Amino acid sequence: MSNTLQESQGRRGRTITDQDAHDITRVEELSYDLKIADVMSREIRSLTPRQTMRDVFDLLRKNRISGAPVIENEKLIGIISQEDLMKALVASDLSSTIQKYMSTQVRTIKSYEPVVKAIEVFMRTNIGRLPVLDENEKLVGMITKGDITRGVLVAIRKDYQEEEVRRYRASHLFEDITSDRTSLIMRYLIKPGDYTNGGQASSHIKRALLRLGATPQLARQCGIAVYEAEINLIIHSTNGGVLRVQIEPHRILMQTTDDGPGIADVHQALQPGWSTASPLARSMGFGAGMGLVNIQRCVDKMELVSAAGKGTKLFMEIHLRPEEKFKDASNSNEAPGI
Amino acid sequence: MNLQEIITKLNLTVFTTPKDFTLVDPHNGYTSDLLSCVMAGAQPENIWVTIQAHMNVVAVAALREVSAVIITENAKPEPDVIAKANEQNVILLGTSEPSYEVVGKLWELGIQ
Repeated sequence: MSNTLQESQGRRGRTITDQDAHDITRVEELSYDLKIADVMSREIRSLTPRQTMRDVFDLLRKNRISGAPVIENEKLIGIISQEDLMKALVASDLSSTIQKYMSTQVRTIKSYEPVVKAIEVFMRTNIGRLPVLDENEKLVGMITKGDITRGVLVAIRKDYQEEEVRRYRASHLFEDITSDRTSLIMRYLIKPGDYTNGGQASSHIKRALLRLGATPQLARQCGIAVYEAEINLIIHSTNGGVLRVQIEPHRILMQTTDDGPGIADVHQALQPGWSTASPLARSMGFGAGMGLVNIQRCVDKMELVSAAGKGTKLFMEIHLRPEEKFKDASNSNEAPGI
Repeated sequence: MNLQEIITKLNLTVFTTPKDFTLVDPHNGYTSDLLSCVMAGAQPENIWVTIQAHMNVVAVAALREVSAVIITENAKPEPDVIAKANEQNVILLGTSEPSYEVVGKLWELGIQ
């Protein structure tokens, strides 16, 4: 393993790599991004110091909460918890006032502070809930570990929903645009010898197709075809080339173009197992001589145009089956008005 | 047989971020070190056994939607490969054993 990888012993004695650190970032990020006000409960069930411990018992039981703030003249003066209630119960003293049992040294948190502040308090102390004050020191909510967990989960789900929304918007692209022939063209510049980024354009294309509403099967088929075409540019082209994908409601056209070195015998290049890949490419598992064969399997039409010393053009076309077609304005029932 | 049981029984190293592997249920498997063969032969949710550990393994695994990749004979993916795999939701596992042994054991576990 490369020595740039910094490791340290962490959770459950497992080694935490930079990668782990990278992955917890989204939750960490959220704990800084989210403000206390975003996740706190705003429904405050408060008590006054002159109410009795029986009132505490009723309030906690009825609302299934483990503590409540004590308010006097709109000011937070204490907090009363299950533990305080227990003491009163043991002493058979439920008729005493809250004042006698509440804790007056109340740790609070501000509504505009990041959630990570509350996490720090919960981790350092055995406090289970914090009253939340606004900039005028007014009590505006309560926060517990449960509120934080819920808040983070909701935020993560929102991330997920944003992808869903993107998908939804993109899937209406062809419907929203009226023309006699609408196509979406995507171009990717592929560098020669860039094995590390091989497959990146293909995965972008696959994602774009899924967002446009393509079936997973269709997206996979296109993914395989453009992957092989992309890899061919990386392995064989002198100066790289362009991968172009044109999406129309009823078909997908894919094309690669490069300016050399060209293929001397196109017929031979199409034979399964035939490859001119370099030893380096072969050592990485390329050069099986199956690329063009794979493409042919995935597309309805393929054409390879090349000659030694000239560039190479590879055309690929997939006709969409009726159930695969992208919905467009022209085949919708609602004809556009005049 | 879920992926967690496979990881435990074959004593595999987990390169990518651990998650609840009991929820991953590999269907069948595929082995080859030639990427085009994998593109052609592997099926979604297959477990792919290979000695290749470089960046393109992630691209192929993601495009083919395999459930996990077992990298054999102690080949180790570089950190940037692992990062990419995490980003693309590809599970990378490792073992010191050769592909032949691994496939044999998977077969015996019922991944057939």
